[in-house]
Amino acid sequence: MPDKPDRNAIEVVNVSKIFGSGEGQVAALDKVSVSIRENEFFTLLGPSGCGKTTLLRLIAGFDFPTAGEILLYGQDIAPLPPFKRPVNTVFQSYALFPHMTVADNIGFGLEMLGKPKGEIKARVAEMLKLVKMEALAGRRTAQISGGQQQRVALARALAPQPKVLLLDEPLSALDYKLRKEMQIELKRLQHETGITFIFVTHDQEEALTMSDRIAVMSSGKILQVGSPWDIYDKPAERFVADFIGETNFLTAAISGVENGKARATLKSGATIEATVAEGFQPKDNATVVVRPEHAKLTKDKGDVSGTVENIVYFGTDTHIHVQLDSGDTFTVRQQNTRSAGCGFERGDKVGILIGNDAAQVLRD
Amino acid sequence: MASAEEVAKAAERRDVRDRWLLSAPALLVILLAATGPLLIVLVYSFLTPGAYGDVKWQFSPDAWISVFMERDIFDDTLSVAVAHVTIFWRSIKLAVVTTLATLALGFPTAYFMATRSEKTRDLWLFLITIPFWTNLLIRTFAVLQIIRNEGIINTILLKLGIISAPIQILYTDTAILIGMAYVYLPLMVLPIYASMEKLDFRLVEAGYDLYATRFKVLRKIIFPLVKPGVIAGSILVFIPALGAYVTPVVLGGGKNMMLSNLIELQFGQGRNWPLGSALSITVMVIVMLALLAYVRNAGRSGVRHG
Amino acid sequence: MASNFSIKHQPGFTAIAATCFVVLYLPIIVLVAYAFNAASSTSEWGGFSLRWFQSAYQNTQVIDATLRSFQIGAIAAVLSTIFATMAALATTRTAPYPGLTFKYAAINQPLMVPEIVTGVALLIFFSRIKIFTGYSGLGYLIAAHTAFCIPFAYLPIRARLENMDLTLERAAADLYATPWKTFRRITLPLLWPGILAGLMLAFVISLDDVVITEFVKSGGQDTLPTYMLGQIRRGVTPEINAISTAFLLLSVAIVTLFFFVSRKRD
Repeated sequence: MPDKPDRNAIEVVNVSKIFGSGEGQVAALDKVSVSIRENEFFTLLGPSGCGKTTLLRLIAGFDFPTAGEILLYGQDIAPLPPFKRPVNTVFQSYALFPHMTVADNIGFGLEMLGKPKGEIKARVAEMLKLVKMEALAGRRTAQISGGQQQRVALARALAPQPKVLLLDEPLSALDYKLRKEMQIELKRLQHETGITFIFVTHDQEEALTMSDRIAVMSSGKILQVGSPWDIYDKPAERFVADFIGETNFLTAAISGVENGKARATLKSGATIEATVAEGFQPKDNATVVVRPEHAKLTKDKGDVSGTVENIVYFGTDTHIHVQLDSGDTFTVRQQNTRSAGCGFERGDKVGILIGNDAAQVLRD
Repeated sequence: MASAEEVAKAAERRDVRDRWLLSAPALLVILLAATGPLLIVLVYSFLTPGAYGDVKWQFSPDAWISVFMERDIFDDTLSVAVAHVTIFWRSIKLAVVTTLATLALGFPTAYFMATRSEKTRDLWLFLITIPFWTNLLIRTFAVLQIIRNEGIINTILLKLGIISAPIQILYTDTAILIGMAYVYLPLMVLPIYASMEKLDFRLVEAGYDLYATRFKVLRKIIFPLVKPGVIAGSILVFIPALGAYVTPVVLGGGKNMMLSNLIELQFGQGRNWPLGSALSITVMVIVMLALLAYVRNAGRSGVRHG
Repeated sequence: MASNFSIKHQPGFTAIAATCFVVLYLPIIVLVAYAFNAASSTSEWGGFSLRWFQSAYQNTQVIDATLRSFQIGAIAAVLSTIFATMAALATTRTAPYPGLTFKYAAINQPLMVPEIVTGVALLIFFSRIKIFTGYSGLGYLIAAHTAFCIPFAYLPIRARLENMDLTLERAAADLYATPWKTFRRITLPLLWPGILAGLMLAFVISLDDVVITEFVKSGGQDTLPTYMLGQIRRGVTPEINAISTAFLLLSVAIVTLFFFVSRKRD
């Protein structure tokens, strides 16, 4: 990972946003605090209604927080109207002005800032080049494709050189292939411009592949902030583990916590090594999560045992669902080879081996 | 610096204030030249008529009494004002029949338009819109030329030998009815069409799939779904039909009075402004009752689709 | 049953619809035809002629009334459209706020009252003001027309506003446009077709009015429709057909324009 300076571009401090009043009050954001570093690709990830878009709108200035502060390089911008914030947005619907050309759209922000005509022209040309849209500068926005509109929206938001760029699910309207292309394009743009990106999405794969850091949100709260690797391999809570990727949940007694490691005794009696969050206290009834690809199926006795219930072929790999003797279900993911099948059949008695670096203990 | 919360509250207050300022001119004009004067009509209805029109500022319930009653000149006893009641009855009857007639013609027409292909639908809509925005007086005048004794209908019937003498349609209630149905038909078609256009014909397919006949599909599926349009159309026809002025003047020839002519009379030769005012208020009350029924009905059959 | 079962077919509906369209247009066609009648009476056909158009054109009363109609219509249309635009901006794209329902009701009020009642009310009110101020010009007619044109102008403008994407204005604010600049550069250009439609509608409505004008006008303030009504009451000459035809042509032209403007989407 490249070195990032430790300056914070955005600090969200104890921000709450309450909609409605009286009985019908809904807290879209509940005392949220998060710091976003300069020049970082930061993602707000969560299901719809989790508050991620609300937080983005508060940073953009389309809405005001009910309580709390939003600092941009140390200055509280929460009370400022959107047109006084050096922050620009790429909208989910792109929101390109239909009565203007591509070039006019891109130059709009600079024009509003009162920049001289020559400077605007040069900057628009530069932006068109950056998003590879030079040929379509004179077109109306209705005459270009969805992918092209996306590029124009990006160029328009980047043209005034905002301190922070906000992206509200910008790829959701694109088809799969174009979305993949734009993911790479976005990373490139962020790298080339050096602008802090705050990206909102509900797509965990998009978040994992693009972000420097991710904040996972649910019901108006931020549950965990960390690198994609942190979030995937060391989920702190059940929601995070469940929302991102597939996971097996096991009950275990935790003992011998030391240096972020602990011994987890499973219901089957087997003991495995698991990682724990800092400050974790030993307890009898904890949840341990194991990713399907981190477990291994064996015909011998494993750490836990059960019966193969279902085998699902996915092309690259095969998922084998096992009914554990303890009553839980457990999924193991096995890489496919060309010549042989998966080696198991429905009804087989099997054991599951959980490696020493496979399990993570949840905080709850 | 003010907190975000205070700024948000101030912005909200400013927004509401701006919205009042923006709507002020429209509200003011309507208050001065439409709604406000209605209140003066109410006041006038309780005053005494002046000798040469206008009023004397003296309270009198006479105008209201004479809306439905008349005082005998000799012994001061009150009896039902047959002339007024007749005119009320005729107006309401003609308005209701007009509404029903336009509905009977307008519903199939709207259905026909809504079931055309998307491209030709606009053309049909255009054809309905033209008469809608064409001067009502001109259209009434056009009807006059068709139905008069020397008009095209009588001429053709005479030439064909079906009748030996022209049928007198002009200056009858029938003439008023034909005229009103003619001029208000687009008002019925347009709202029904607006509802019909949004109708999801897969629901009709589902109806047929579940063994409904054409009539049952019409009655149980299509009609309930376009009912809001039917009600809106009926109101749009009923209100102007009840207060119709031009049609009875042109086609009724002044003999077959409707409410509007009766009201006009009080401000002209009748020189009884209070009675004219009381009659106007009465018309408005009838209209308000109709609107109230509409609102309640629309509220109940609040089917939303599309 | 036929092999092609059309789910959209209803027996008799097409016939009724066809009848409706014929009936709607037949009287108008006859009216226009008689405008070109050379005979002095509308009872007989005396060959093709433009004499009644010529006679209408030379009739100073007709020209006078026409010009007055246009004058009132133009002023009332412009005023009512401006006021309706402002009112539409004030009553759309907002969470319900105190007074919003009142505004809707007030703006649409002229549609809810029979014209005869409004006419009578204005007759009483304006006659008082006339006595009080001594002014008896066209101002009364213009005020009355402006008032009843507002709800009509309001309709297409409001519809256009409600279909407009609020994020466009948000995007402009995000790109440093002040509220006024956002209005000038984004809202107004996008609203323009709605405003134009409202203007045309208001003009046609004002031009068509008979009843309210009949009650509000002072002596010598005939508009074209009230002049025509007077003529029709007295007996019919083909001159009225000629005037009607010209009037009709104008209406059709405006409606056509309106139709295209209000359907234009971008």
